[in-house]
Amino acid sequence: MSDASDTVDALARAAREGDRRAFEELVRSTSTETYTLAYRLVGDEDDARDVVQEAYLRAYRGISRFRGDARFTTWMYRITANCAVTHLERRRRHRHEELADDAPLADHCAERDPQARADVGALRDELTQALQELPPRLRAVVVLRDVYDLRHEDIAAELGITETAAKVRLHRARARLRARLFPERETREEVTARAV
Amino acid sequence: MRCEDLAGMVTTTAEGVAVDDWRGRRHVESCLRCQAELARYRKLLRTLRTLRSDLFDPGPELVADVLASLEEAGERHLLRSLLSGHRVVYVGGLAVATAGAAGALVIASRTRGRRVPLAG
Repeated sequence: MSDASDTVDALARAAREGDRRAFEELVRSTSTETYTLAYRLVGDEDDARDVVQEAYLRAYRGISRFRGDARFTTWMYRITANCAVTHLERRRRHRHEELADDAPLADHCAERDPQARADVGALRDELTQALQELPPRLRAVVVLRDVYDLRHEDIAAELGITETAAKVRLHRARARLRARLFPERETREEVTARAV
Repeated sequence: MRCEDLAGMVTTTAEGVAVDDWRGRRHVESCLRCQAELARYRKLLRTLRTLRSDLFDPGPELVADVLASLEEAGERHLLRSLLSGHRVVYVGGLAVATAGAAGALVIASRTRGRRVPLAG
């Protein structure tokens, strides 16, 4: 357990006891991480800011319910994920812009030399880009599970879906990322689609 | 088992990825194509994990905005509790005034009853 995590958890305990300054310090300590998650989930700077504001407001109102059996950051991730989903739903209703789960991803790397992508930094950049191109409902699951290590049941609870649905989405998201980053071989879905 | 079925059997573990079906595991042991596929999944999941340490800078104004909205929420809460407090004070004041007036009437009537007539 790192010193920074201990400090954050100590601040969370103080905030739970009603220490307003401790909560403000929590915001200062965790806002970059919270913003990063929000940005990864909604894919837009302004939307991410709105999500972060809403998430901290909810956290502030609900801090007395924070039991402390999980890390404060994990608790904050869950609230942020929930706010992001609400935000995306609202945005979808207004803009009707969400892609269907099976909409094809733009293939930006087909013409590139695979050797040139061997560099880890390049792969991270490409993965970041690929995540942004995933439909939000798939992106949310893979980000929360594979990047932030949340449990399937927690992801399902925050996204308002069943655990099975969360696992199915995770599998589809990984398969699409794999196909996008390593296009040398067709995915099972592509093979199936070609056979039909 | 076909190579195309592998994707559905790949699961993550603390160490990386694994195949959660014995038929799949047996197949992978003898299939170079699937071993390469597993290696790609390992690389994908490893890279996904590293993204957690990639932070996006929101700029200093985000914290200021969040603190301002908390302040505003706190003030609204305070205002609400003050207003409900004022209602209590107002009702309490009315009760005290009524009780005081009633008391004064009782004292006045008793004083009148005990008034001693002047001599002569």
